[in-house]
Amino acid sequence: MELTGAEILMRCLAEEGVEYIFGYPGGAVLHIYDELFKQDRVKHILVRHEQAAVHAADGYARCTQKPGVCLVTSGPGVTNAITGIATAYMDSIPLVVVTGQVPTHAIGQDAFQEVDAIGISRPCVKHNFLVKDVKQLAETMKKAFFIATTGRPGPVLVDIPKDVSSDRCEYAYPASVTLRSYNPVVKGHSGQIRKALGLLLEARRPMLYTGGGVVLGDAAPELAHLVHQLGFPCTNTLMGLGGFPATDPQFLGMLGMHGTYEANMAMQHCDVLLAVGARFDDRVIGNPKHFFQEDRRIIHIDIDPSSISKRVKVDVPIVGDVREVLTELSRQIAASAQQTDTAAVKAWWTQIELWRARDCLKFDRTSAVIKPQAVVEKLYQITGGDAIVTSDVGQHQMWAAQFYKFDKPRRWLNSGGLGTMGVGLPYAMGACLAHPGATVACVTGEASIQMCIQELSTCKQYHLPIKIINLNNRYMGMVRQWQEFFHGNRYAESYMDALPDFVKLAESYGHVGMRIDKPADVEPALREAFALRDRLVFMDFITDQTENVFPMVPGGKGLSEMILV
Amino acid sequence: MKHIISLLLENEAGALSRVAGLFSARGYNIESLTVAATEDATLSRMTVVTSGSDDVIEQITKQLNKLIDVVKVVDLSEGEHIERELMLVKVRASGKDREEMKRMADIFRGRIIDVTDKTYTIELTGTGAKLDAFLEALEEGVVLETVRTGASGIGRGERILRV
Repeated sequence: MELTGAEILMRCLAEEGVEYIFGYPGGAVLHIYDELFKQDRVKHILVRHEQAAVHAADGYARCTQKPGVCLVTSGPGVTNAITGIATAYMDSIPLVVVTGQVPTHAIGQDAFQEVDAIGISRPCVKHNFLVKDVKQLAETMKKAFFIATTGRPGPVLVDIPKDVSSDRCEYAYPASVTLRSYNPVVKGHSGQIRKALGLLLEARRPMLYTGGGVVLGDAAPELAHLVHQLGFPCTNTLMGLGGFPATDPQFLGMLGMHGTYEANMAMQHCDVLLAVGARFDDRVIGNPKHFFQEDRRIIHIDIDPSSISKRVKVDVPIVGDVREVLTELSRQIAASAQQTDTAAVKAWWTQIELWRARDCLKFDRTSAVIKPQAVVEKLYQITGGDAIVTSDVGQHQMWAAQFYKFDKPRRWLNSGGLGTMGVGLPYAMGACLAHPGATVACVTGEASIQMCIQELSTCKQYHLPIKIINLNNRYMGMVRQWQEFFHGNRYAESYMDALPDFVKLAESYGHVGMRIDKPADVEPALREAFALRDRLVFMDFITDQTENVFPMVPGGKGLSEMILV
Repeated sequence: MKHIISLLLENEAGALSRVAGLFSARGYNIESLTVAATEDATLSRMTVVTSGSDDVIEQITKQLNKLIDVVKVVDLSEGEHIERELMLVKVRASGKDREEMKRMADIFRGRIIDVTDKTYTIELTGTGAKLDAFLEALEEGVVLETVRTGASGIGRGERILRV
């Protein structure tokens, strides 16, 4: 039987087990929306801006093992989606983004709502397709899901012209798809793994540094097993938080620009570094020249060969799926006659404990104004460390990363690579839908939250009981912090004037609003808010205006050149 | 150092812009780029001449391999290879210069493929360096127009690049 392109698309999504599609209708996708209307397999979530559709799908993907799916119209629908797509691309999040396009005969004619979706998205997708013939649609969708979810994951865009969604053809969904040009490596090279083993067993000052790849590769149990087997210290990147339990004594906290003193010092001074699913980016190792002043051997496990030796030359590259490689490494360690150098490692731990005793995350607990760190700390206590926490970008993001201890992966959703303000609320929407009944908290600031504030309406429509923790310091805090440190206290345009009354704003959308301005009220307010299990609560915490994030590695400085409290 | 990189890529609309876009987005040099379909109509063969440190070249080949449309990548400079470029050059050729120009073309094994009273159009094939040398050898002011294809490369001997 012949089906229309729109019917085929719906069938494909159902075949892929897609639960939710986040989208916004428009002219070029009307046939698709018509089919969406006629079926009940795939649930559509109507957002208020296409950027949020992509962020919500991205958030959904981050806290599940499934790809996020979104649907937007041509032209402005596509351009609005680009920020979301680039955000997912930088953090390797699997997405399938379906975009409408003007009819094939109108392409290139500067038609109404026409934009070159393929061209405009090319630098920020793993791959993209323009479907010129309805006969290609089913296979293209299969390829899109395959590419998005395998290897190093990423967003894939499928651009469907309006006539393709109404044209008809026979439908058959391919059971599998092979691409001659795309075969991601899974198993690590056994010779390389042996070399890695040799280095690890001889290490005197070992260190494990793990990133988002452990979370995306579902390798947290394998990582924990290896770390415990070796008895070595472990640090996580911002994207890797939850990949290793934060409450484990072998965990040194996050590293990098706002990493802990102990993590950064251990990273700088280790003699053997095992990097797993991390990419040595500028926010992690600071100035690479300074990083290389110390002599160390580096083992790097990553599924993407281009992540290896990109910023930092490594000694033992291992390309493969992190879970496979970690499992094999653990197996070889267990089978090895040689043991780790326990005396040297013990001395190394003594040094690390001295660094840890520096207590780099301390803050003033007697302050008369609310300290943002205290809010996150209380949030952690009240939720029992069991919430899915999303954040936006800036100081509040760093405090959430530093003070909420993530023991499990896929609980911490933030834009690490692109640093996109505005992701927090839509990420929380995706998380709420993916895990009904879960506690979902969005730690944000009064600047970030306003970048996707319209989604409060979506939250009302779908009854998403998100708890918004707005750390309101009336500044773009991170910008202000840099201006204080590096621009002579000239706070150029980093203030937040004419702020809305967030309580009234939340109420006007049908939610609960709370304003908290005394330290003593923080805990009762959080308890009250989290007790309202079925309501969205917007908590506007009036916090210390001048609090800064410490430690801090200034731009261009070395990892051990931290500014401390 | 100069490298000559050969690629096989899916002969699909947009594949060229993925490669070109990668080079500009990541700040890699392109000295020249040529592309055309192969005997297998589903594949295009591309030759990119680029330059950079060993680390940069390693990243270029890795990043190219990552593109979904790229089927194979080889850095021809890693082994013996042959490189050829075609140049068409229109030169002033009148009076006593006419004979001299003919001689120069012969020396460089060029062919005169179009003639007017005042000009010759010379076709010349060779490595980029040879074409440069020819232009260098000409007297100043005689070159009216040049067009070069950029280099095409192939491995020497039995080394082949195919799927």
